[in-house]
Amino acid sequence: PSKSAALHVDLCKATNSTDALQYLLQFARKPVEAESVEGVVRILLEHYYKETDTSVRLKIASLLGLLSKTQGFRPDCIVDDIINTLCNEKSHQVLAQLLDTLLVVGTELPDSPAVRQRLVQVSCKHLSDTYFGVRNKCLQLLGCVGTVDAPLSKDGDGPGSSPGGCRDVQSIISDYFGDQDPRVRTAALKAMACRLLSDDYEQVRSAAVQMVWVLSQLYPESIVPIPSSNEEIRLVDDAFGKISHMVSDGSWMVRVQAAKTLGSMLQVSPHFLEQTLDKKLMSDLRRKRTAHERAKELFASGEFSSGRKWADDAPKEKLDTNTVNLIASGACGAFVHGLEDEMFEVRIAAVEALCQLARSSPTFAEKCLDFLVDMFNDEIEEVRLQSIHVLRQISTHITLREDQLDTVLAVLEDSSRDIREALHELLCYTNVSTKECIQLALLELLKNLNKYPTDRNSVWKCLKFLGSRHPTLVLPLVPELLSTHPYFDTPEPDMDDPAYIAVLVLVFNAAKSCPTMPALFSDHTFRHYAYLRDSLSHLVPPLRLPGRKQVLGLDPVDSGSASGSVESAQLFLQQSLNRISTIQNLEAPGAQDLLNFTIRDVQRLGHLQTQLSGAADFCATYLRCQLLLMKALQEKLWNMAVPLCLKQNVTATAAARQILEETYKLEFLYGGLENRQIATIHHVRLQAKALQLILSARTRQGLDPLISSCEKFLQEIEAFQRSFLTELPHLHDSFVDKLLELKPRISACSSVELVKILQTTLRQSGLLQLRLPEQIHRATATIIEPTGESDNPLRFTSGLVVALDIDATLEHVQDPQNTVKVQVLYPDGQSHVIHPKPGDFRKPGADRHRLITQVYLSHTAWTEPSQIEVRLLLSYSSASSSLSSSKHLGWSDSSDGLQSPEAVVEGTIPFSKPVKVFIMPKPARR
Amino acid sequence: MPEIKVTPLGAGQDVGRSCILVSIGGKNIMLDCGMHMGYNDDRRFPDFSYITQNGRLTEFLDCVIISHFHLDHCGALPYMSEMVGYDGPIYMTHPTKAICPILLEDFRKITVDKKGETNFFTSQMIKDCMKKVIPLNLHQTVQVDDELEIKAYYAGHVLGAAMVHIKVGSESVVYTGDYNMTPDRHLGAAWIDKCRPDILISESTYATTIRDSKRCRERDFLKKVHESIERGGKVLIPVFALGRAQELCILLETFWERMNLKAPIYFSTGLTEKANHYYKLFITWTNQKIRKTFVQRNMFEFKHIKAFDRSYADNPGPMVVFATPGMLHAGQSLQIFKKWAGNEKNMVIMPGYCVQGTIGHKILNGQRKLEMEGRATLDVKLQVEYMSFSAHADAKGIMQLIRMAEPRNMLLVHGEAVKMEFLKGKIEQEFSINCYMPANGETTTVTTNPSVPVDISLNLLKREMALGGPLPDPKKPRTMHGTLIMKENSLKLVSSEQALKELGLNEHQLRFTCRVQLQDPHSDPDTLHRIYTHLKSVLKGYTIQHLPDGTVMVESIVIKVSSSAEDPNTKVLLLSWSYQDEDLGSFLSNLLKKGLPSGLC
Repeated sequence: PSKSAALHVDLCKATNSTDALQYLLQFARKPVEAESVEGVVRILLEHYYKETDTSVRLKIASLLGLLSKTQGFRPDCIVDDIINTLCNEKSHQVLAQLLDTLLVVGTELPDSPAVRQRLVQVSCKHLSDTYFGVRNKCLQLLGCVGTVDAPLSKDGDGPGSSPGGCRDVQSIISDYFGDQDPRVRTAALKAMACRLLSDDYEQVRSAAVQMVWVLSQLYPESIVPIPSSNEEIRLVDDAFGKISHMVSDGSWMVRVQAAKTLGSMLQVSPHFLEQTLDKKLMSDLRRKRTAHERAKELFASGEFSSGRKWADDAPKEKLDTNTVNLIASGACGAFVHGLEDEMFEVRIAAVEALCQLARSSPTFAEKCLDFLVDMFNDEIEEVRLQSIHVLRQISTHITLREDQLDTVLAVLEDSSRDIREALHELLCYTNVSTKECIQLALLELLKNLNKYPTDRNSVWKCLKFLGSRHPTLVLPLVPELLSTHPYFDTPEPDMDDPAYIAVLVLVFNAAKSCPTMPALFSDHTFRHYAYLRDSLSHLVPPLRLPGRKQVLGLDPVDSGSASGSVESAQLFLQQSLNRISTIQNLEAPGAQDLLNFTIRDVQRLGHLQTQLSGAADFCATYLRCQLLLMKALQEKLWNMAVPLCLKQNVTATAAARQILEETYKLEFLYGGLENRQIATIHHVRLQAKALQLILSARTRQGLDPLISSCEKFLQEIEAFQRSFLTELPHLHDSFVDKLLELKPRISACSSVELVKILQTTLRQSGLLQLRLPEQIHRATATIIEPTGESDNPLRFTSGLVVALDIDATLEHVQDPQNTVKVQVLYPDGQSHVIHPKPGDFRKPGADRHRLITQVYLSHTAWTEPSQIEVRLLLSYSSASSSLSSSKHLGWSDSSDGLQSPEAVVEGTIPFSKPVKVFIMPKPARR
Repeated sequence: MPEIKVTPLGAGQDVGRSCILVSIGGKNIMLDCGMHMGYNDDRRFPDFSYITQNGRLTEFLDCVIISHFHLDHCGALPYMSEMVGYDGPIYMTHPTKAICPILLEDFRKITVDKKGETNFFTSQMIKDCMKKVIPLNLHQTVQVDDELEIKAYYAGHVLGAAMVHIKVGSESVVYTGDYNMTPDRHLGAAWIDKCRPDILISESTYATTIRDSKRCRERDFLKKVHESIERGGKVLIPVFALGRAQELCILLETFWERMNLKAPIYFSTGLTEKANHYYKLFITWTNQKIRKTFVQRNMFEFKHIKAFDRSYADNPGPMVVFATPGMLHAGQSLQIFKKWAGNEKNMVIMPGYCVQGTIGHKILNGQRKLEMEGRATLDVKLQVEYMSFSAHADAKGIMQLIRMAEPRNMLLVHGEAVKMEFLKGKIEQEFSINCYMPANGETTTVTTNPSVPVDISLNLLKREMALGGPLPDPKKPRTMHGTLIMKENSLKLVSSEQALKELGLNEHQLRFTCRVQLQDPHSDPDTLHRIYTHLKSVLKGYTIQHLPDGTVMVESIVIKVSSSAEDPNTKVLLLSWSYQDEDLGSFLSNLLKKGLPSGLC
């Protein structure tokens, strides 16, 4: 009420319209409570009636709309008022705005039929307005409030005033499909659908496509008649046909949209779906077979590699001219057109649509295969890549024929690494039908390996899957592959040859599920197996070989037992953690041992159970922090005079620093943490800081630095309390809990006292139990390239630079573009941190990234070659974390003035094994 | 009724020497001016005597439009403009203007210098002819004169090919030239907006063909070349210098790039180099990919394709050579073919059609022993492949274009009669529009129903609006009062007052008077009063006044009463009304003729 009064006063004060407008604008910025809305509305309306200036009326009308949106306010009481004003209003703009307000009201009151009826009447009345904006809004309103099934009893002074007087909303709106203004037409379509798919304006067509789609999704099963004949088809099929037509539209925007839309119409019947790939060929009125069909037939007749003859594609049967349907009605050939489109945007959209449709229909997948394979030859790399990815996604449904495989494999020679790797990925999931296919694939992959040696890992991995997928097809090839001979001993191949390793990877993986295969191996094969099993254990599976010891228990990848034992492992982890919770306080006897053992157990568990390694690692690190803290507190130094225990002091300080580091690792290296875990981590950090404070108080002389660090510590406690307010109940009996109890005291007392309090609380506080979230992933990185095996130094002239190729895979790293850095350590202790370009990161799969980049090295001349270290760093900044945690609590909206008192800590965590590279900067020659 | 007349001088139910005359709205336009490759006599040029028997064509033609640079569309141009005589404007797109003279010169050289023909146009004539050319840009509307305007649309087919929209007043014709609805490696697809021309003149080369996916063909081609190269064989691709050659070059170039191949690709020199230069310049006329990437690298600046030298043919190792001419009937391609024919590792790929009698045709039909001149025979051991790369719209493409442009009539040219017949049937069935396919010299007349635009004064419209009534609906006619002024070729609809003012005329009033005899025994004033009350009861909503001077006014109609001299009971009513109130006046006179009802006081 006070607000409305204030507004009233303001508006009365206003002498001219600009002033009034100013007041209204100011008023609009403030929120209004639900109780006072009605009063405000009354006052606004009052002024509205008095006001002569249209802009002010416009503003009032828009305010009314805003106010009706207020939560808890039922706008039905103002409907009548607005409708009244509507009748008296002359200005078209204000009319449109008022209708907009009604639209808001209508959406707020979805369940009141009386109001809706009135709104429909009003909008029908104003449909005959001359201003397009008004008609526009009317149609919107109609579309919004008019229900499809409720016929209108009365249509007021509506446009045609049909004598029957009983027309439904659709027919009213459809009257306006013929409106002279394209903007009105767009609106008419947004309210309903169809027919304008052949409009002159592309926006209209685009909206029409969307509308048809919406309708087809709403009523997929309703039956519609075909105008020309008396057949009837499902609405979704009809819509599918219509949208397919739009794939050959004149405007590429419409084409893109149509192609995209097709992909989401999954309910369409298979008959229609298959037509989209159909394009009947003819030549001089004779039916011709498509190249695809010919390829298939040639393949079937066994003369695949024969060259094509002149007039080989000569038409065979004569067509009846009446049956040829040139502009195919319905869905015919939509995708054939889409995939051949001029704009690559359309092609990509078509490929994506194919993918979506094929995933839901295996028969369609089979059919669209040929077309997708053709797309591998597109001129734009993006399209090629996309079609390879799509083929991979639908590969579960399909088996490649030899000729198709041949085309697919041809792409292996592509010079783009992304394409090749995508293709390897595809081959991993592909099913092939014959042993020739396997041979072909192997041959091409070896060729690829030969041409691009950097693809080694990718090719091996690909062969691993190929082998394990097709053991029976590999079996007859084994003698040939290993070049064994029934009578003669063949020379032993070179074990370091990547091609030979590739063959072995294929054979061994096939042998895993084919027990008869090892009988075909020669002696050296067994030796090589043993070697590879050790050196490339991720590629070579354990085999049951005659006369070999089975070392089952030590195999982490022994998948048979692994899947079942995940739960038990989880249980074990939980139990270990529970056991820790029995430690009452940090000085309890035996606690250290228990922690030590648990850490050992948990770490081992992580090694055995790959799925739990993240969680296990996390626990172990956390427990190690606790252990360190415990040790630091148990030192005898606390009972001795300061000068006597300098050495212990040093170890304790080191422990504190280490704990701090570990907590940063805990916070930033692991993904999937919840707020509770973060609170726990921060708690440990707080303890470490307390420890640091105590130590510095003991060693350093002078009060001033102490006072400032005490203040800092107090601020940190406050920050902790603020950001983890919701978590505080879980931290019962912990260090922070105790401190907060003593808070009135510690904020008043002197710094020396504070240190004493801290010391006691720290020693008395119990161990905070760690609760694990559902899933923890540790961010890891592996540098694939450089391998660090090379003995040849990289020589370059000092003062100049040399580029070092780096290829690494990153797992579970969020936002690697901003966080991952490359560090280069020179033997003289110099280190460089290089920030790779965002474009160097690729995302081959979920939670997986690949970094392919170059770093530039340079140094002054050395006398002899030496090794540098290259590793990846994960950078973090505590600012980002506190921001995200505050977001969790919903603080972000009132963030002004809330500054993180905790100084922003930035740092890096090395998270990959360092790789050594031999380099040799030579002195420049004169 | 206004008519549009279309007469093909060439390309009517035929392929070659395209030349179509169009008369529209009093303007005469010549579309294309090509020559026929199949003839060496007078038949190779269109028969210009159809236009006029003697003298120059300038006064009979308003403009000439050339759609693209192929000789069957521009080959007769110098002959027409210089030898027959035409000085009017010739329109063509920039690339066509650039490349056309090269081809004409080449054509001239072959005909005159090699075949030794006389009475042919000279280099100077080509130059003079090109001086008359006015270049066009895509989607640019050019006013040829005050009424005739033309606009070019992209047509694909070859670099610079255009479709033209010709418009006089509200009548219009679209001529497609040759076009392609499927994009290829270097050109985009034809596109036109929904211009709803009266006639769409379309080529129909592939009227009865629906083509296979282009990608299949490309893939096949690349695979063949690649396999052959890997075997260490040499690949010969005989091409004509322009058009397809560039497409294949781009195809191979990108493939080499992608697959990191090292084998050399050669292109026989001469004409092609010049042409390539123009392809580099007219990047805006190419497809999306080339347009988007040319900032980094112009796709026509080939990295892997080098100029060919005769001596290279004997170099060892694999190579790919593009050589002219395309049908292996003479020149460099034939020389290379002879050299390589003996080795089965080698391959020849024919990317286009071969005329009967050429070596190309023979080997495509599987002949393995060829007789060369001088009784020598040549064993053909190399592999022979055929790949069709043709850039005409197929039947589906033609239908697609019709759907895009929505013409009222359709006219097919540049195709074989039988095939046209089929397509004609299809078009009539599918779109229910008339479709014509005139033969050469045959005139097709299409009557049009052009809408005549009339300026209407705003005041008049506002007055009409003020009268109320439903909203204007473009689909429904509506009557209104006004005066149509026709002055200096322009039509104006204004209110009559304004018309009078503008034309300086005095307004004349037209009044109708009418006497009605009435049997009424009352006195004159009484009768008048009775009439007044009667009318008052019948005409509700009209202003009826009984004036003191003894008259009744209904709106502007005056009624007076006087007794007849002979019989005082017979009253004579005098009605007078102006022309504007004709309706009401005649109604009143009818009403009063029926007499007054007796019940009146």
